[in-house]
Amino acid sequence: MSEIADKVKKIVVEHLGVEESKVTPEASFIDDLGADSLDTVELVMAFEEAFSVEIPEDAAEKIATVKDAIDYIEKQKAA
Amino acid sequence: MFRLDGKTALVTGASGGIGAAIARTLHAQGARVVLSGTREAVLAAVAGEIAPDGERVHVCPADLSDPAAADALVSAAEVAAGAPLDILVNNAGLTRDGLAIRMKDEDWNRVMEVDLAAPFRLCRAVLKGMLRRRAGRIVSIASIVGVTGNAGQANYAAAKAGMIGMSKSLAQEAGSRGVTVNVVAPGFIQTAMTDVLSDTQREKLLGGIPLGRMGKPEDIAASVAYLVSDEAGWITGTTLNVNGGMAMP
Repeated sequence: MSEIADKVKKIVVEHLGVEESKVTPEASFIDDLGADSLDTVELVMAFEEAFSVEIPEDAAEKIATVKDAIDYIEKQKAA
Repeated sequence: MFRLDGKTALVTGASGGIGAAIARTLHAQGARVVLSGTREAVLAAVAGEIAPDGERVHVCPADLSDPAAADALVSAAEVAAGAPLDILVNNAGLTRDGLAIRMKDEDWNRVMEVDLAAPFRLCRAVLKGMLRRRAGRIVSIASIVGVTGNAGQANYAAAKAGMIGMSKSLAQEAGSRGVTVNVVAPGFIQTAMTDVLSDTQREKLLGGIPLGRMGKPEDIAASVAYLVSDEAGWITGTTLNVNGGMAMP
């Protein structure tokens, strides 16, 4: 797993207080990990801070799963 | 009841009569208080009067008409107090009165900026930490005119009504994290400004107040102390009208 994926996973575990094993790439924050809308906003803000990226509102709306987050951040970092 | 031991509170506009009374009351209930305002010397004097030994009292001056000041103030307050903020009291405000047909954009904008935008920015800044910690209390000091309107105060009334709508929205956003957001809307409070009223003016004013007297800064401070206490944990999005019965919305 990439360094970014590791860090995303760690943030999700920490923020949502879920078991690490549940944080699979396909896991949906809301449907599988018990997040509410406020959690997802807080997660996006935590990603922004941790990776020094800006995630605009329309992009943030599309981040539903762990993989979505990893992909988006990897793309931003590669650009 | 209503003890605030171990809690840290930021009070803006703490150099004014109401702000100083709020800070004094929260401190007396056991809170650590950070006083903010534009007049550093007055803040220092209020701090000295609250706790001559400087125990649990800090001063962080800020000019909230600067958009960057709100974030900076929250950081500075947490550094000064050595603890995250549990309580925010948005009390700072100003007036630029005048009948609407003669009101300048500048006077409208300045009141909106200091009385509505700055409290919003302070709420936003403290909410991040409060949501994470699953606890927090925000109380904003509006005004009876935000509920009733007042000739000559279109800007001030709009800003204070805006504060009420904002607080109700924030209360809904933050409720699931145990953070409450409420408003206290004071009526006529005895201050240097109302001391100069003529006897006739005073009589007329008092005639509209069922409880027959003007409010004291301590009347406002006591309601704030209640709303920020653990005991008020099931009250959010409400506006407490503290006005002697002058308006009963």
